[in-house]
Amino acid sequence: MNNLEELLVRGDKRAIARAITYAENYEEKAKEIIKKLYKRSGSAYIIGITGPPGVGKSTLTDKLVKNLIEKGNKIGVIAIDPTSPFTGGSILGDRIRMQDLSLHPNVYIRSMGTRGHLGGLSKGTYMATRILDIAGMDYVFIETVGVGQSEIDIVKIADTVVMVLAPGLGDDVQAIKAGIMEIGEIFVVNKSDREGSDKTVVELNMMLDLDDTKDWRPPVVKTIAYENKGINELIDKIFAHREYLIASGNLEKKRNQRLRMEIIETVKNKLMNNVFEKIQQKDFDFKLQEVIDKKIDPYTFADELYRDIFNKNL
Amino acid sequence: MERPIRVLVAKPGLDGHDRGAKVIARALREAGMEVIYTGLRQTPEQIVEAAIQEDVDVVALSILSGAHNTLFPKITKLLKERGVDDVLVIGGGVIPEEDIPFLKEHGIAEIFTPGTPTSAVIEYIKQHVKRAVEK
Repeated sequence: MNNLEELLVRGDKRAIARAITYAENYEEKAKEIIKKLYKRSGSAYIIGITGPPGVGKSTLTDKLVKNLIEKGNKIGVIAIDPTSPFTGGSILGDRIRMQDLSLHPNVYIRSMGTRGHLGGLSKGTYMATRILDIAGMDYVFIETVGVGQSEIDIVKIADTVVMVLAPGLGDDVQAIKAGIMEIGEIFVVNKSDREGSDKTVVELNMMLDLDDTKDWRPPVVKTIAYENKGINELIDKIFAHREYLIASGNLEKKRNQRLRMEIIETVKNKLMNNVFEKIQQKDFDFKLQEVIDKKIDPYTFADELYRDIFNKNL
Repeated sequence: MERPIRVLVAKPGLDGHDRGAKVIARALREAGMEVIYTGLRQTPEQIVEAAIQEDVDVVALSILSGAHNTLFPKITKLLKERGVDDVLVIGGGVIPEEDIPFLKEHGIAEIFTPGTPTSAVIEYIKQHVKRAVEK
């Protein structure tokens, strides 16, 4: 092991930070670290916190982490915010809600931009999660971007997905049920001191009762994260879900599935980079002009490109 | 492949005015940087810890309370103690001209006073970032 790896294994925060930088830039160095230390991973329990923008995901995460460090756990947090597709820049503001955790020796928090990755996570999330696992975290929290209807990648990476909602969604629950609502293993109605929280809880329960095909019926928990209310109950539900996963053998299934994804994603990313590199080398713009001028059609051009890159037909 | 420059925009001390910090944060985002904004009333310890955990290239401090001569050097000192030597530290806010040499002596690379166009800050950061941005 080199110095960085030794420090990482000991949970040194600077080492974790640097390793995650490698991960989010998709540098080979990150892969080298994981290749060497893979055997040390697998003990962290991964909790996804997701839900629409503004429902209180960061505040809730803050309270959950506080609760779990009091029980003596080491915790890593990855908080993801959107990257502007136009400038490539981003403002990552989730730390604002977790200020007091910054100085706690057993907590590491990292903000990440999506950097063009769709699905509610960033491209480096898989590797960053593994790095936190290697660094000895008992729990890793992944807070997704504010989700709409299709940002469901969190389900591929988390052991337990907590879907956070707030009162006032009303009929919107109906509208979004087909998309993100299917991935929640625990539902939280946060800001439950607001008007309409009981109605939201009832609607959620009604909706969840419709699906009797699953052997885990997602519970609905009311919280007021800002006042630390309902947090104990939510923690109990997370533990209960974990127990269920272990007892049913589904945790193993989930994690095997995740490994499969991790491998495929890595190959896909490598392939994509290759493709983009090669496309830049080719005179793409020149050919594009021919498409614009209707000398050739876009699909013939795509076929040609594919043939050039992989030396075989699409 | 290029990576974005990561900047921690932090407000040390007790003043509650973060308009300047937010304007800068926004401008840096528009310039393609990843800005980690930590909110008001940060202690030097919190700022340094956030800079380390976020592995930023730049720490941009904004202050209006007049406590810059105490707080800014404290931050650079803490960074040094933690062995962080590859982070660019810059400051901005209501800072009298005569304080600037003192701050620069204490590791603040540049001070931007009111009226500085945001483009000047962006340009400065791009030219002075210590870690390679190209991978």
